[in-house]
Formats: sequence, C-alpha cells, structure tokens
Amino acid sequence: MSKVKFDTIESTCVPLPFENVDTDQIIPARFLSATSRQGFGDNLFRDWRYTKTGEKNGEFVLNNPGYKGKVLVAGKNFGSGSSREHAVWAIFDYGFRAVVSSFFADIFMNNALNNGLLPIVISDELLKKLLNQVQNNPDTKVKIDLEKQIFSILPSGDSVKFGINPYKKECLLKGLDDIDFLLTMSSAITSYENNKSLV
Amino acid sequence: MNSKTLFDKIWDSHVVKSIADGPDVLYIDRHYIHEVTSPQAFNGLKERGIPVFRPGKTIATADHNIPTKDQHLPIRDQLSRNQVERLSENCQKYGIELFGLNDPKNGIVHVIGPELGYTLPGMTIVCGDSHTSTHGAFGTIAFGIGTSEVEMVLATQCILQPKPRKMRITLDGELHKGVTSKDIIMYIISEISASGATGYFVEYCGSSIRNLSMEGRMTICNMSIEMGARGGLIAPDETTFEYLRKLPSIHGISDINYAVEEWKKLRSDSDSLYDKDLKFDASLIKPMITYGTNPGMGMAIDDSIPLSDEKGIKASSSFIKSLDYMGFKPGMKLLGHPIDYVFIGSCTNGRIEDFRAFAEVIRGRKKADNITALIVPGSKKVEEQMVAEGLIDLYKSAGFEVRQPGCSSCLAMNEDKIPLGKYAVSTSNRNFEGRQGPGSRTLLASPLTAAAAAITGKITDPREFLTEEININK
Repeated sequence: MSKVKFDTIESTCVPLPFENVDTDQIIPARFLSATSRQGFGDNLFRDWRYTKTGEKNGEFVLNNPGYKGKVLVAGKNFGSGSSREHAVWAIFDYGFRAVVSSFFADIFMNNALNNGLLPIVISDELLKKLLNQVQNNPDTKVKIDLEKQIFSILPSGDSVKFGINPYKKECLLKGLDDIDFLLTMSSAITSYENNKSLV
Repeated sequence: MNSKTLFDKIWDSHVVKSIADGPDVLYIDRHYIHEVTSPQAFNGLKERGIPVFRPGKTIATADHNIPTKDQHLPIRDQLSRNQVERLSENCQKYGIELFGLNDPKNGIVHVIGPELGYTLPGMTIVCGDSHTSTHGAFGTIAFGIGTSEVEMVLATQCILQPKPRKMRITLDGELHKGVTSKDIIMYIISEISASGATGYFVEYCGSSIRNLSMEGRMTICNMSIEMGARGGLIAPDETTFEYLRKLPSIHGISDINYAVEEWKKLRSDSDSLYDKDLKFDASLIKPMITYGTNPGMGMAIDDSIPLSDEKGIKASSSFIKSLDYMGFKPGMKLLGHPIDYVFIGSCTNGRIEDFRAFAEVIRGRKKADNITALIVPGSKKVEEQMVAEGLIDLYKSAGFEVRQPGCSSCLAMNEDKIPLGKYAVSTSNRNFEGRQGPGSRTLLASPLTAAAAAITGKITDPREFLTEEININK
C-alpha cells in the first residue's frame, strides 16, 4: 500500500484516446508472475508498445518522444476487466501520478487510490477538448491541485472541480495507509465478531 | 422500518463501522486467495510484522498460473513455479488451508468455493479476482478486490469500501431451446454495454432467473463484472438449499435445517427501492456471440455486426480499432466464418453442466480437423464427475482431449495460449485484445455454441444440432 504523499502536479500529458482500455492491455496476464510490486512499468501497455516481433512500435504514444509527463489522459471506461492491482503498479512504476478520464471501472479506481495514483473524472466534453489540445500540442500542461480538488488545463484556462471521497483525499494528501487505520479498530472488529448472527 | 433490498440487508449487517464522509469498514466472512494476487499482500504483512488476523476464514488454491498438462511434474516456467511455491509457503506460515496443485480438491477458486461448501447464503465474500461475483448466485455479497485490499482482509478480516448503488435486473419469459444462462448474461451485457452497471451492485430477479440451476446462476453472476458491476446476486431459494443439502460438507454450519430457515429471510422487501431498475424479456434471447474486443460487443449468432457502436452515429475510432483487431467489418455476418480454436472451461463455464451441454452436441460426431480444442474442467471434482459420467471417454471418441483443471486459456498465463491472429470460440468471460495470448481473437459464446463450432470448424448456430428436446437448465 502507498505511503507516498500526493503533491500538486503541473505536468504535460500522455494521450490515449481509446475507450474501454482494460487491465489486460495495461499489463497482460503473462507478466503477472512476479511476487513483488516493482518493475511492472517495463511492461505497461506491452502489446501496444512493442510489435509482434518485439521491436518498439513507433506509432504508440509511449514511444513518441514528444509525449511525456505524469498525467495519463484516456478514453472512457478506463481500467475495466480484471482486478489485477498490477495494472496500477505498472502505471505508477512507469512514472504516472494521475489518470484523467470521463469514466473509470470501480476496482481500478479503488486500486489506484490505494497506491497513490489519482484517478480524476472529468466530463466527456472536457475530455474530448483536452485530448484535442494535447494531440495538437504535446506541450499542453495541466495542473492538479488535490487539496482544492481543482483540475486545470493551463493554456486554455479550463478549470473544473473534481470529486474524491474525503477520507481517500486525506489518505493521499498525508500518505496514510488503510491498513494502519484498520489495525486501530481491532477491538471493534472483535466485538463485531462476538455479536454476529448467522444471517 | 424502512424497506431494504437483499443487498442492503447483507451489507448493513456486515458494517463494523461507518466512517463519516468515507467508506464503510466491512466485515468479510470468506476470503479466497490464489497465487497471482496474494504474494505482495503477504509481503506487506511481513514488512509490518503482523499475523493473519483470522486464518480460518481464508481459503487458498493455485489456479491462474498452473499448467493443465502433467501437473504431477514440477512447473517448467520458473516464475510460475516460484509463484505457486510462494503461495504454499505463505499458507503454511500463516495457517491457511490450501487446495494446491495435485490436491484432490484443487480447482479454479470460483468453482471450488461453492462445490466444497465454503460459499453460503448471506455471506460477504472477497477475492483478488474480479470474477468473485460468481458467488453471488448463493445470495452473497461477493466481489473482486485488489492486492492492497487482500492485505487488508488478511490483516483485519475487514476492508474499507464505499457502498455501491443498487440495480435490479428482472428477466421474465420462456427461454428458447439452445439458449443458456451464458446467452442470457451476454444478451444483457450487449444491451447495457461493458460499463452499463459500473458503480452498481446488481440483483437478478424474475421467473427466468428462478428457473435456472445453481450452476446457471453462477454463470450469470460471474459475468456481472463484464458490465462493470461490482457484483451480482440472486436471492437464495429452494434450488439453492437443495444444492447445499447435497454437498458432502458445509463449513461452519452445524444444523442445516436451522440454517435454511435463517437463509429464507434473505430476500428483498417487496417495496424496496433500487437506484436503477431494468427489465428484459427472456423470449427475445437467441444464442449469442461476441464480435469485438469487449464483452459488450455481442449479438445474436445469426445477426450481422452493427454498422457503428452508437445508433445513427458514425462508428467511433475505438469501434473501428476493435473490428480491425478481430479482422471483421461492420455489417458482416459471422455464421460460417472459419475458426481455429475452441476453449471450454473457466470460472464462467467450467462446471459439470457445461461439459454435459458440450457433450450433448458432440455425441456421435467428430471434431473438425481444423480445430484445436482446449477442454479444461474447472476443478478436480468436475474432472472426477466427468469420468464418472463417461464424458471423458465420449469426448475422446469424438476426438477431444481433456486437460487438467485450471484457469488455462481464459487468461493465458500458462502455456494454453491462442496464437497470433487465430480465432477462438471460448466459453470464458473476456474477449479483450490479447486476452488468450498475444494477437489472439476471442469470440465468447456458450458451451453449446462452442461445441457446434468444434464440430463444424466454423461459427455455427447450435440450434442446428439440437433436434431433440434437450433440457439443459442453463
């Protein structure tokens, strides 16, 4: 679990203008045999990043030197499919700290928040606008202020408030961990167990 | 008193504490683990120097990363072997019951949980696997979690979880011959899309659901995640109780009659409210097949691929990209399209009724020469039952080889990969790009449709093979 504090980000973006990017694309199952959390970034988007013969696919955005940054911008329903947290570890390990989309799959969203990767939901319209701007100008910067919950596209001046569960926001800002929190509750958990009925 | 849905009743009775403006601390009755999503969680416990809080409530199996041939030999791939060994070490160290490779009770986690009597009505169940929703068929709140959450459950038997919204899906009407539970759920997903239930927990209701067997219900709940739902559940009834009474053992229940009386209380109040309410007519459903790269891209097998993903609107780049990957064109018919592989198995369709259904079609026929078939039972128990019913011999005489249990080609972590560019009709749950191996092209379907394709070597309407009245309660 993450104990890294989330600071305000000002960064260029990497655009991935496809819908329904599933966790099998983010990290294919054949790379899930590791038993630690490190190193998954090397295989992030593996089958899009490399050709069938193992060379870098020059058409894929991660291989385009023009696009860099801590923010991944993706089409709607990002992170659907498998519950593999390896998908989040791969995105984080690669260097991203936030993913922006108009819609995230539930488990991916939880996994991201548990690992210091901030999922930001913006409207379909703003997403389209952002993708256009980034694709036209790779130097387009965005700013993410988690404290104020403000997401801004710097050149165009678009600025929106994004939602996040207040508990999770606190965890991200302070680098707190759910398990430390749950461990403080062990007596409440034991007393729940003692009073539990069958149904 | 306020009316409550079944989901509310189970959820609310498992809340240890609600955090103001935050998630609930939810108590977990049953935790299933497997080799792929647990090692990092155990590492976390080790780093913190803490034990597993309630080791008796966690059950482990090796399923995702194991070969389906020569399971008695050491696993050839070193990383896979290491991962499976790590699971054994962790289970031994922390006192967790493991049904490992070569254990007579080994199998896919969502197949063995129910068949070994660990999944019971009213429970909260989690596992580091999105198809944990399968267990909802017993009237449980069951959902997939990430590894950080696996660590939470190991450490405290609880997770922090925001309460999802509630959706009801009602299905009434007579099912046509050749239409199985797989077709039902594929139809629903094709109607509401691969993200149509994101943020919701689904309760399946209606006469067509009630008439399904437990295995059929598991197939339905299993694929809830494929429309984005956290999970799906079905209120327990006589079908559920009969299934449970027939099991050799039910864990943690000393008096089954008392338990059944309690479980009968597990139903939604008649006037309870849902955040979304959908109704479907079962008589409209035909055998289904997918044509794209997410489970929402499905259609009746005799239909044509739509011209675009949104009615009246130009096809999106994602839609075109998806069809390009599959080698299909908008408007194309799939019937008669040659295929290369057939896969029957997985936590969706790897149970005995699925292999019986497949057998109904292949009995007295031969596998097409162009087809490579991967026939993979969901568990050792399923395999045993196949032997007892003479299915393995029947499969052999039709030219099919039956493999040993595991997740196999569903996610292709092991050697059971579909090669680049090849078409596979699969009874599994995901048709994502590369899901069954790099460049593989998956067409999801029922065991009946997979069987018809295995016999003809091309996409075939299974109803052609069902001349007699076959009652497959799926």
